[in-house]
Amino acid sequence: MSEKIYQAVPPTPGTEPYWDAAKEGKLLLRYCKDDGQPHYYPRQICPYTFSTNLEWREAKGTGEIYTYSIMNAAKPPYVIAYVTLDEGVSMMTNIVDCDPSTVKVGQRVKVVFKDMDNGGKLPCFTPA
Amino acid sequence: MSLKGKAYIVGAWEHPTRKAPDISLMQLHAECAKGALEDAGLSVKDVDGYFCAAGDTPGLGGMSMAEYMGLRLRHYDSTDSGGSSYNLHVGHALQAVATGRCNVALITLAGRPRSEGMATGTAPRMGNPQQADLQFEFPYGPATANMYAMAARRHMHEFGTTSEQLAWVKVAASHHAQYNPHAMLPKVVTVEDVVNSPLVADPLHRLDCCVISDGGGALVVTKPEIAKSLKRPLVKVIGTGEANKIQGGGRNLDLTYSAGRDSGKAAFEMAGVKPGDIKYASIYDSFTITVVMQLEDLGFCEKGQGGKFVSDGNLISGVGKLPFNTDGGGLCSNHPGNRGGMTKVIEAVRQARGEAHPKVQVKDPSIVLAHGTGGSLGTRHVGSTVILERE
Repeated sequence: MSEKIYQAVPPTPGTEPYWDAAKEGKLLLRYCKDDGQPHYYPRQICPYTFSTNLEWREAKGTGEIYTYSIMNAAKPPYVIAYVTLDEGVSMMTNIVDCDPSTVKVGQRVKVVFKDMDNGGKLPCFTPA
Repeated sequence: MSLKGKAYIVGAWEHPTRKAPDISLMQLHAECAKGALEDAGLSVKDVDGYFCAAGDTPGLGGMSMAEYMGLRLRHYDSTDSGGSSYNLHVGHALQAVATGRCNVALITLAGRPRSEGMATGTAPRMGNPQQADLQFEFPYGPATANMYAMAARRHMHEFGTTSEQLAWVKVAASHHAQYNPHAMLPKVVTVEDVVNSPLVADPLHRLDCCVISDGGGALVVTKPEIAKSLKRPLVKVIGTGEANKIQGGGRNLDLTYSAGRDSGKAAFEMAGVKPGDIKYASIYDSFTITVVMQLEDLGFCEKGQGGKFVSDGNLISGVGKLPFNTDGGGLCSNHPGNRGGMTKVIEAVRQARGEAHPKVQVKDPSIVLAHGTGGSLGTRHVGSTVILERE
């Protein structure tokens, strides 16, 4: 079976570094330099401190599944999930390259990058 | 200054249609408005405040709708909080009436997703790409069903909630729907029927999901002097609350509670009543998990105990402690325009008036509640709570 090509949404001004890094196999997180903590999804203003003093840092790319659902109504079914990264923030994602029936809450996962229809790469996760 | 009791719901009308290919969206809104005004005994010329949700009203906010109906307004509000908009509009109408911004407030909802063939729950919805979260969510296929399913999964994980417990919500709704001649799904179902129906978004089954329907409804809210001059039973607005819930930036994600925790607290404080005083509750039922979570958040049971609370018919009128959605709700009757808040308020008004179907009418329904959640339990949403008292 051919690999799924994910439908992209164009970046908004300021998010290009995230998507450019994804093309190189890197997951970036947006950090607030005022409180030293990351947030997700990445903004140009920190939703915790309202600071604009921000920077990008590369994430380890590992975490655990907070929750998930197998979208049985889709053909083929896919697994949507929230993964809590080891850096402490949670992100919506897909769990891929595994049997959906084996996915569990709390399972350790690592990032993999999948093709999007705009030539970009989408961070997904697979069992670690 | 407390606004408790400063306005009454004097008109409430639900469109009987569930599929309306030959009725335009604006006609649906207007028919609902006409029905609610006739119910109240008021004329369209009395309306000086109009409330609608921008998202289900064609044109810019409510401007075109107001023109279609010939409304001349001095108060106008097209706040859209998804399916909870109309609960929220009751609160806004109360504020407007109590402060003299309008005398007669009309609230309308209409929609025809069924006629338009919309894949309401199972297809991700694209929005304006300037909505910055879309690029980080849409590619992963977030549909309404799997977003609520993720909330259900986490609730099961943390509290041991089971599919069978969720199924009881649908079972109770179906017991009520059998008496509603307009209900899309009037057949009584069992827990086994629900858990054996096909999985739509694991762990949610087909029968855990609300119906997709056309239709609409309308409400008329007015000040005490006008309400008391009309011939309808007096249903007073004694508590309203609204609140949003956000992921907030990804730290401490918690999908096990809803905005109802805050909107309910505000409404109960304003009304000066407790969950135990509520004789009937309309609870937004986009999915069975929505009901379980909101019941906890509104304080009808402890957090995590919602599954046990809804089991064994506890939500069935005449059987359980908290009769809910006695019209069959979104799970069995209708979910007009994919927005269930309006019909939640309408059935609460029917109950407070003593005008629900005799088979489901609650005895002495002195204080009733209608709660809505608009948006998604899996991402961001707005909750709105309304508490009504029969005078």
